[in-house]
Amino acid sequence: MKRLPGASIWVALFWIITLFASFNAIAKSFTSESRGRMLYLYSLVSPEVFIGAKAIYQSVILLVLSIVAMLVYQVLFEMVIQDYFVFVISLVFGSTGIAIILSLLSTIASKAGKNFTLLAILGLPVLLPLLMVTTTLMKNAIDGIELSVQLKYIFVLLGLNGVSLALALVLFPYLWRE
Amino acid sequence: MQRFGIGLQVLTIILVMYTLVGGLLISVPALDILNETIRNLFYHVTSWFAMIFLFILSFSYSIAYLRSGKSSHDLLARIFVEVGIIFGIAGLTTGMLWAKYTWGAYWVPDPKLNGAAISMLAYFAYIVLRNSFSDQIQRGKVSAVYNIFAFVMMILFIFILPRMTDSLHPGNGGNPAFSGYDLDNSMRMIFYPAIIGWIMLGLWISNIKVRLENVKTKLNQEK
Repeated sequence: MKRLPGASIWVALFWIITLFASFNAIAKSFTSESRGRMLYLYSLVSPEVFIGAKAIYQSVILLVLSIVAMLVYQVLFEMVIQDYFVFVISLVFGSTGIAIILSLLSTIASKAGKNFTLLAILGLPVLLPLLMVTTTLMKNAIDGIELSVQLKYIFVLLGLNGVSLALALVLFPYLWRE
Repeated sequence: MQRFGIGLQVLTIILVMYTLVGGLLISVPALDILNETIRNLFYHVTSWFAMIFLFILSFSYSIAYLRSGKSSHDLLARIFVEVGIIFGIAGLTTGMLWAKYTWGAYWVPDPKLNGAAISMLAYFAYIVLRNSFSDQIQRGKVSAVYNIFAFVMMILFIFILPRMTDSLHPGNGGNPAFSGYDLDNSMRMIFYPAIIGWIMLGLWISNIKVRLENVKTKLNQEK
């Protein structure tokens, strides 16, 4: 007989795993590009387009990552989920939010040269509001809380995604000019 | 950089001494549980006011730096963060002492408390970020971007998220704030000057730090 953890521990553990995976996935993205290619891209597109494309690309990577992680996680620690719709929403927008915030912060960290450690230091405090809302939403989805109660968390999650995307679009051009 | 004038200095000293002495001496409403700990209002809440004020200044100077590129704006943004952190630590410590006597523990896992602690971490990260650059212009630009980002997240974290969930902290989740039931007029006479005094103290410290930095850069140029 397997002893299963409670919903809040289950959710927290999952997001810790995903967070470490995303730090690793995104920290690579800016260092792997050479200076020459950055200059080429600079002449080609506007910075807003560049960061937008970057955020979309990162979001897709993180989505795939978190979905695969969730499947494996479900196989190993099965959890009965009562509200699949909200559960998937929290998974999707949690990942896109992390991707958007980290794609701006990884530019900052790569400018400083020390990539991974600095990204973790910069990223953790800024990511926590997003993670708190996501974990609450996901835990409530597992417990099958009414959609009317969940709606405010969904709106805040979407709002956080929107605010971070807007900030990334406004602030990135300043980082790009050298 | 202009000096923090002698008149302002005297005024700050008077206000701070008035709140320190007056805050401990005046008679306060003797309420259940709170009792004498209510005096913490004069020191705890005002510390947070001063911190937020300094962080708002730092945030605006970061925006100004991105627009103008003047190194003086970058310096001001940094100094206001450093002084703001001091007031943030004061706010956390006074809050913890108060919590020990009213809630029974120095720290409880509460959204508002954790939000405040995490925001401090974000500003520590800002200092770490600044120290990892050698090029001055790049340091200014990149840390200004992070400062703006961190400030917006801090506002979300301290002011919006705790309102969504219930919090033990006065002013949240059905707990009345001090002003809700017990801020009588004699307490107001200390509380409002205390806010002004604490903010002015913060500005004074920042002013001294900025002038010290300016002297240092001048000495370096002469070498």
